[in-house]
Amino acid sequence: MAKETKTLNLNFGPQHPAAHGVLRLILQLDGEIVEKADPHIGLLHRGTEKLIENKTYTQAVPYFDRLDYVAPMNQEHAFALAIEKILKIEVPIRAQYIRVMFCEIGRILSHILNVTTQAMDVGALTPTLWGFEEREILMGFYEKVSGSRLHANYFRAGGVHQDLPKGLDKEIGKFCERFPKILNDLELLLTDNRIFKQRNVDIGVVSKQDALDYSFSGVMLRGSGVPWDLRKSQPYDCYEQFEFKIPVGKNGDCYDRYLCRIEEMKESVNIINQCLANLPIGPIKTDDGKISPPPKKEIKQSMEALIHHFKLYTEGYRVDKDEIYTAVEAPKGEFGVYLISDGSSKPYKCKIRAPGFSHLQAMDYLIRGHMLADVPAVLGSMDIVFGEVDR
Amino acid sequence: MQNIQDLEKILNSELNTKIKSSLIKHNQIYLKIDEEDLTEVILFLKTNSKTKFRQLIDITAVDFPENEIRFKLVYLLLSHEFNQRIITEIDVKEKEIIGSITSIFPAANWMEREVFDMYGIDFKDHPDLRRILTDYGFEGHPLRKDFPLTGHNEVRYSHETKKVIYEPVKLEQNYRNFDYESPWEGTKYIKEQTKE
Repeated sequence: MAKETKTLNLNFGPQHPAAHGVLRLILQLDGEIVEKADPHIGLLHRGTEKLIENKTYTQAVPYFDRLDYVAPMNQEHAFALAIEKILKIEVPIRAQYIRVMFCEIGRILSHILNVTTQAMDVGALTPTLWGFEEREILMGFYEKVSGSRLHANYFRAGGVHQDLPKGLDKEIGKFCERFPKILNDLELLLTDNRIFKQRNVDIGVVSKQDALDYSFSGVMLRGSGVPWDLRKSQPYDCYEQFEFKIPVGKNGDCYDRYLCRIEEMKESVNIINQCLANLPIGPIKTDDGKISPPPKKEIKQSMEALIHHFKLYTEGYRVDKDEIYTAVEAPKGEFGVYLISDGSSKPYKCKIRAPGFSHLQAMDYLIRGHMLADVPAVLGSMDIVFGEVDR
Repeated sequence: MQNIQDLEKILNSELNTKIKSSLIKHNQIYLKIDEEDLTEVILFLKTNSKTKFRQLIDITAVDFPENEIRFKLVYLLLSHEFNQRIITEIDVKEKEIIGSITSIFPAANWMEREVFDMYGIDFKDHPDLRRILTDYGFEGHPLRKDFPLTGHNEVRYSHETKKVIYEPVKLEQNYRNFDYESPWEGTKYIKEQTKE
């Protein structure tokens, strides 16, 4: 008589340390082999898009920090660019440099978190401890420039909120000097590590075609060998002026994605160094008083400045009727804002395109036929943050 | 890289009767098509060697409650080969059922689920049309303009029944929506002045 087999349904999450947040994954198991995965998302849904429709453009910026909360400024960038394109605002060159610099800091922040927690998911604790020390320093830069470590609310349409405080450029420069060494230490722990390789090589393989079909972007796409980076192919702000390489993987497995992230961090350091070396002097936001608030000094002197200030912080600025999609290369992939303005001071519609959403969608395809123990490895290499998936 | 104007011409000549209008703005092509041509046009955009829009970026809807045809469905596509983006729009009436494009792009699965969840637009032949972002057993479609910002129900843990319960929303202070809009000139006036 044939042995009777039964599939087992297993709830992975919503509270599981390797779920990287609030993911409820319903797994159908045959022994230890995953037959089907059904991710239930939305446990962190806050209605960001609905809230943005009810706030002015200035008030909407902080919501973008709360999407992918490990790299806040990259999201603000997409929103700022969308408004700038509609209003045809020229951003001063110094502001563009500052924005690029902080976007790359955001990329390092995000990649450190991902690489080290991916290592933790497969059993290595030390990289997390080493990596988080560096994240702490980077968040210190965030605090110095914007007043808060995580939810920066720093980018504005037309520039940034305020100039770099004195001496910050030197501190960032110092960080760029020592960070490659730390990165090297991390690599010594992981890249050739036998256990790390056993857990990641040939796990969660994505073919080129599938990466395109499943709307993958960022490292998930490049890991599979598609050389596509919006910073190069559709450059925004002053990315054209920098020299950097785009690391591309070969096999499309978890290990290649890890390697891509490590290389990308090195390139980010390279871009930050170029920013610091050529940082121009000048204004940090557009001087159009109808869009950016006047300096404090002027408010006390000039009647018009006072009116501008008052109107900007009550009514906000108005954005002409238009419709636009703008995307930036966020650390996790293509982060886009589809904005419809109706001529008032509030967006009519603001759809947020989060890279993690389409990556997580492919979970079932990626994990089918793998072992249960591979679930955290695949999930870790996808770089999921629930702030942006659930919005 | 292919020129965006050439691409628009190709689209217009190959799809001529299916396109209601096309427009180039912000370096992107905006295409308006009919609902019944949707799957055909999307398939053409994906497979044709002159367009190669191989990646579906997003699907979303926009609600215009005052219009007779209430919704607008938007499909954002990207072509890596030609480095172009296209925004395809169809008009959708309330309760109209739209053909799903999951067989063309597997990524459309969750995107269509999200549109269904947020706007209540139904898709035909969708393999698994469930709510995605809202709670289990949620009622209503939150991104419709007539859905209140505060929602209808709130959730709390009840010490009496020792479980999580749902109740109608009770606010200590009502949501205050101040109308600051005034005949202030806005940004236009400055732009016109600098032109002169």
